[in-house]
Parts: sequence; C-alpha cells; structure tokens
Amino acid sequence: MIAKVLISFELNSKKIEVETEPDRRVIDLLREDLGLTGVKESCGRGDCGSCSILVDGFVRLSCLMLAVQLHGRKILTIEGLNELEGVSISVQDAFVELGAVQCGFCTPGMIMSTIDLLNSNPKPSRNEIREAISGNICRCGAYQKILDAVETVTEELSESKNV
Amino acid sequence: MPVKPDELWGVLDENPEAVVYAGGTDLLVKLRSQHAKPACLICLERLDDFKGITTEGDEIFIGALTTHREMVGDPIVVRDLRLMATATKSLGSPPVRNMGTLAGNIVTASPAGDTLAPLYVLNAQLEIRSRSATRRAPIESFILGPGKVDLNHGEIVSRIIVSKSPKFGVHHYEKVGRRDSLACAVVSMAALVNVTDDNIISKIRLAWGSVGPTIMRFRSVESFLEGKALSIKGLSEAVRLVKESVHPIDDLRASSSYRREVAGRLLLRLIGYTPCI
Repeated sequence: MIAKVLISFELNSKKIEVETEPDRRVIDLLREDLGLTGVKESCGRGDCGSCSILVDGFVRLSCLMLAVQLHGRKILTIEGLNELEGVSISVQDAFVELGAVQCGFCTPGMIMSTIDLLNSNPKPSRNEIREAISGNICRCGAYQKILDAVETVTEELSESKNV
Repeated sequence: MPVKPDELWGVLDENPEAVVYAGGTDLLVKLRSQHAKPACLICLERLDDFKGITTEGDEIFIGALTTHREMVGDPIVVRDLRLMATATKSLGSPPVRNMGTLAGNIVTASPAGDTLAPLYVLNAQLEIRSRSATRRAPIESFILGPGKVDLNHGEIVSRIIVSKSPKFGVHHYEKVGRRDSLACAVVSMAALVNVTDDNIISKIRLAWGSVGPTIMRFRSVESFLEGKALSIKGLSEAVRLVKESVHPIDDLRASSSYRREVAGRLLLRLIGYTPCI
C-alpha cells in the first residue's frame, strides 16, 4: 500500500486539503472523492474533452493529470461557474437559450474550453471558436448550435463594453 | 514532483525504475492502456529551470518543458520559427497543447509527432543534462525508432536548440490527417526553402512524418532539387524519388501505398511559393 499524500489547492474558489493516492487521476478525485460529477469521463485518453477543467485559467484534461499535480493550483469545474460573475454565467445561459445542449454530456467540457477562449480572446471569430472547441467532441453533433451560443456571448460582451 | 534540478537528480538516483513525464498526454495514456503501475512516476511540470524561450547570439534555446501553447504564442517562435508555430498549432487539441511539452513530443518519438519534422529540417540540437554532465545531440541521431531515444536513466532533455541561420524564405508544413483536430498525421511534410528572384531553388531541406520508423530526410531529394527551377516539372521528378525512398506502413489510419503517394505529392505544394516575376 502506497502512502497517501496531502495536497492543498483552490477548488471552485474555496481552498481545500485532501489526502489522496499518488497515482489517483484528477478526474477520479473530482468525481469519486469530491462528488463533482459535472466533470465527465468518456474516452479516458485525451481524445474527447469531456473531462476538461480549468487549471490556473487554462483548459486541461482531468483524465490525463494525477491528483498531486493540483497541489497549489486554482481549479475551476463546471460546478464553480455559478459562483463567478459575468462571462461564466452568460456562456451557460447562451448554451441553454440557443439549444446548444442536446444530451449534455459534452457540455461541461465545451463550456470550460469556451471560458479559456474568452479569457484570452474576448472577440473570437467563428473559426477561432471552432478551433478553441476542437478538442471537445459532441456525439449529438450540436456543433452549429454551440458555435451560435458562443458567438452570442461574444456579441453581448462587445456590446456591453461599448455602453 | 521535483521543483529544482537537484531534487530531480536525487529522485532519479534513488529510483532506478522511475518513469518521468511532463505533460502526461502520452505516458498516462500508455500506462493506463497497459494497466501498468510503475513503482515511481516523476512529474517534471514544476521544474521552472527547464522552461522559457531565449536567444543567445545565433541560437534559439527552447526550454524542454515549454508547452505547445507557449510555443505558438511566443514572439521569438512567431518571428524566427514560423515552421514550428504552424506545425505546433496542428498538434492534438487546445487542452493537449496546454499540457504537452516540446521535449515530451520529442522523447515520445512517434513517427507522426507533429513538432518533429520541423525540428529535423531546422537541424535542431538537444541539450541533455544529468547530475554531472551536459551533452548535445542532433535530433536525427537522438531519435532511434518509434518510442526509442538515446537517453540514459538519470538524463533528461533540458533544452532544444535551433540556429537562426541560414534563414529560409519559405517555411512550409502540411499534415494530412483524418480530421484537423486530435488526429494523428497520416503523412506530414516540413520544408524550408530559399528561392532566388529568378525562381531557382538555392537551398532546400525536406522532412516527412509517418512514412517510416522515424521522421525521414532524404538528402538525395534535397540535392536533386537544389539549383533547379521551382517548377512542376522539377518537383514531379522529385516526387518520384520521394516515392522510391519512403518506407510507410499499413495501419488503421491509412495504407502504405496511399501514404507513399501522398508523401510524394505533398512536395507539389511548394509550387505555391514561386516568386511573382
């Protein structure tokens, strides 16, 4: 039995400490140990983007990280978005309003990729949006609606900045 | 998770069976698919000494742990290494580019590695460090075969070194895959070319991915093209040479005959760089 390690990090705006096995994957820690089941697992090998989370503001795959890599980092999952303001709320609302959610399994990952994009590029073109979500696979094929939703948010953002 | 090189050398000394990883986008997939549980896994991501991109004199030094996203956004890369920027943008997907590192792509040594064909034509050198020594190796001799590199236990790649000269006017990279994102290259080609005002190829370097056990450079094709006009006729003759030289395999992504055909024909794209006369 390998000894557990104590890690501390910021999870959805709250500082937490947990003991975990050194070879535990981030996705297992989040879903199984911490109950954050908004993080989805499809392929478990980096091909689908369902398990995307933000680590220090950048989108990463929680199935290809070990829990110890979270130590000292700021982690954001879909569950943490409601406590934030602005973009993260608008993105979720736009997904709902424009029918960008079909079965919903890819949605948390899509939204995390969208937030990473809007953090670094508040006015992306449709092609830039396409590229930003290119690591997130939607098996329902809702891509056009998803692009529409992200576009709506960027339009709203630029309008609100003009006021 | 060592933070300083001395801690790394210590952990490596104490754990002869240790396996190291940087972004984890390759190794963690492999371990899981083999149900392997190595006795010791070392994550390099906190070793800031091996990050960042700098220039010294004629050389550009890229820290081994520089992520693909950092590469694509770096002003030095954008200005002097357009080829690397283009190729790196085609690697994996945004989250994979946020995690994966340049040295990780090199040490993984896949014949389809997206950064590798560009590094071959740039004649990149690798700086390899251990506790007691630093050595340099050209990438072409460092990569020995699929997944095989000339790296001993206790050594890690610390920097990737690329010379700024000679300068090339044409930086070309093309990857043929089943889709744009998250696709392993069926065939890829990187080219650096200088074309004179009167349309003569004065210097050319070419490398292909996914057509052999490692990235392939064919000096015979390069010397065949040098001194010739950049024309469909000249390129077509070289296409034939390329098709004779490649050793592609059949796999689930493509057949060897398709790869051979495409590897040759990718060369014809260079016609787009004919100077306007």
